[in-house]
Amino acid sequence: MTPLQIIFIIVAVITLFAAIKVVSSRNLVHAALWLILVLFGIAVFFVILSAGFFAAAQVVIYIGAIAILMIFTIMLTRRVARDSGAQHNSNWWAAAVLSLLLFTGLSWILSRWQGFQSTAQPMLESADPLRQLGEGLVAPGGYLIPFEVASILLVAALIGAITVAWERK
Amino acid sequence: MGDPVTLIAKWFEGVLQGWGLNEDATLVVMNLIGVIVIIAFVMIIDIFLVWVERKVVARFQDRIGPNRLGPFGLIQPVADIIKLLIKENIYPKGIDRFIYNLAPLFGLFPVLLIWAVIPLSPTTIGSDINVAVLYLVATGAFISLGIIMAGWASNNKYALLGAFREVAQMISYEVPMVISLLIPVIMARSMQLSQIVQSQNIWYIVGAPLAALIFLISSIAELGRAPFDIAEGESELIAGFHIEYTGMKFGMFYAGELLHALAVGGIFSSLFLGGWRGIGAESFPIIGMFWFFIKAYFIYWVIMWVKYTFPRIRIDEMLNFNWKFLTPISLVILMVTAVLDKLMTGYPPLVYFGVMLVANLLIGWIIVVLLRRNVKVEAPKVAEPRPIARPDGAPPVPAGASSSITSQS
Amino acid sequence: MIPISWYLILAAALFSIGLFGVLSRKNAVAILMGVELMLNSVNINLIAFWRYLKPEVITGQAFAVIVIAVAAAEVAVGLALIISVYRRKNTIIAEDIDLLKL
Repeated sequence: MTPLQIIFIIVAVITLFAAIKVVSSRNLVHAALWLILVLFGIAVFFVILSAGFFAAAQVVIYIGAIAILMIFTIMLTRRVARDSGAQHNSNWWAAAVLSLLLFTGLSWILSRWQGFQSTAQPMLESADPLRQLGEGLVAPGGYLIPFEVASILLVAALIGAITVAWERK
Repeated sequence: MGDPVTLIAKWFEGVLQGWGLNEDATLVVMNLIGVIVIIAFVMIIDIFLVWVERKVVARFQDRIGPNRLGPFGLIQPVADIIKLLIKENIYPKGIDRFIYNLAPLFGLFPVLLIWAVIPLSPTTIGSDINVAVLYLVATGAFISLGIIMAGWASNNKYALLGAFREVAQMISYEVPMVISLLIPVIMARSMQLSQIVQSQNIWYIVGAPLAALIFLISSIAELGRAPFDIAEGESELIAGFHIEYTGMKFGMFYAGELLHALAVGGIFSSLFLGGWRGIGAESFPIIGMFWFFIKAYFIYWVIMWVKYTFPRIRIDEMLNFNWKFLTPISLVILMVTAVLDKLMTGYPPLVYFGVMLVANLLIGWIIVVLLRRNVKVEAPKVAEPRPIARPDGAPPVPAGASSSITSQS
Repeated sequence: MIPISWYLILAAALFSIGLFGVLSRKNAVAILMGVELMLNSVNINLIAFWRYLKPEVITGQAFAVIVIAVAAAEVAVGLALIISVYRRKNTIIAEDIDLLKL
């Protein structure tokens, strides 16, 4: 076992445990905090995958914006968050069975793929994925149109969120 | 050459390898020691900052400040720490104990994380990552997380409201801050802080004064310092999110705030003031550290100056100022800078910075003109005639009487 | 070195946990959290495939950028809807929001 593998296993165990806590904990604020732990674990995986940009972006966007917004919403709808009753609906066992089936199915399909055990080639010293990504996102031959569409989507979501949540007097 | 930091590091590496450690283990040990050294160094500065802050605020308020313990009161922070340490640990009723204890950590450790990427001198930098600027923004996420955790776990209305306000303010002011951070990135063509410092033959504040100003303002708002300290407005919220914290737990929030202010100074000086660059820094890297801290402390002093000069702003005014003023301006500056940068590549740096400066001045002038034109002159407040309490059945007042009363008052 | 299978299994597990959350949770915010888990597991897969199969082509990374943008938009609108529903119906339990039922 290399040190990297040990780090991976530790982080993976923490992440999965936190993910289970996200969907099972009764207190929603706790669930949100566990979600933050999951998101941070995923940022660590991005670092291991030598995608530092995504690790930083993950922390900025998911932890700094999305998770904080969720905590805000939970607190603004506090009477329900304090609800000590069941947080799961009556079909939770069916959902559990379905998820387990999905997991086994996905694992089975993936394990039949011949590249399943492949390992990564070391990154080239000259390669600069960050620069490549930046140029690819704005190059007309690259991903300019998806990028622009995503920006339009964000503007639409911004306006939509304000319109929906606006309190009309 | 002539750099004690590298010299000691080299010597220690040799010692470790002499003990028979292999290369990987040496690397791990060296990195761990580097982390400990930087944290210890920064924390010692932090203790000293308590004294600086108290002394400077005293001068602003025409007092002397701490002067009993040691020369110039230099031992005062130690006494403060001992006081905080021996205070009783109070747990309010109905708190969420684990999160309550975790929150002060989040008040301090993100600030320590900031120092990991700031180049203190040409050779002394914790980790020279290529997304350093984005990393700096990411640490802010943890700070707001700590605040909301403290506010929620305290089971106190004031704490929760304070946390809400502070986090809303932080998330809002992150927008102009990030946009103004992008301008040095455009000019240096890199997000690596060492690269940004290295490329500042002319300080970027010359080419981007407006961006520097916006960054400073939004950083002060991020810090939650006056005039943006409505989160802890005493008259409304008593102390804000850390109201229920005592002893060293409060001390960690306080230490985090002070160190964050100095870290903002460090970021500002690295991005706009040339970081460690100065006379003699190239040949003797240790002098670079001196220049860096001079600049960082200068910005820290400016932040204190602002804090103790301006009155507090109301929250709606503050959010309006952000969304209707800072954000649009920073977007305009970003676009102008990007276009000009594209047009001006290849010209000598003096021309480049001259054009940038002129463009900035032009934008600033247009802003001032627009503000002047749209300024609302507040009508002079004329007091309404005050109702006068009088017993039932008293004779009515003659028409001129009430106005004469107001004019007298 | 870590084989790609580890990442794929991890992402599959996260996705399934997220699906469980979406299907079984009552509270609308908790459902959104489940969706976030699923989107994140997809991101792990995208970045892992980029790193292991073709590090010189940035398709996987570009895709992940779009996923992050879409996730941000989804959360903004979703939470706005939840707040709006809470104002009108005073509940955010997904089962109780049944205006379209007879």
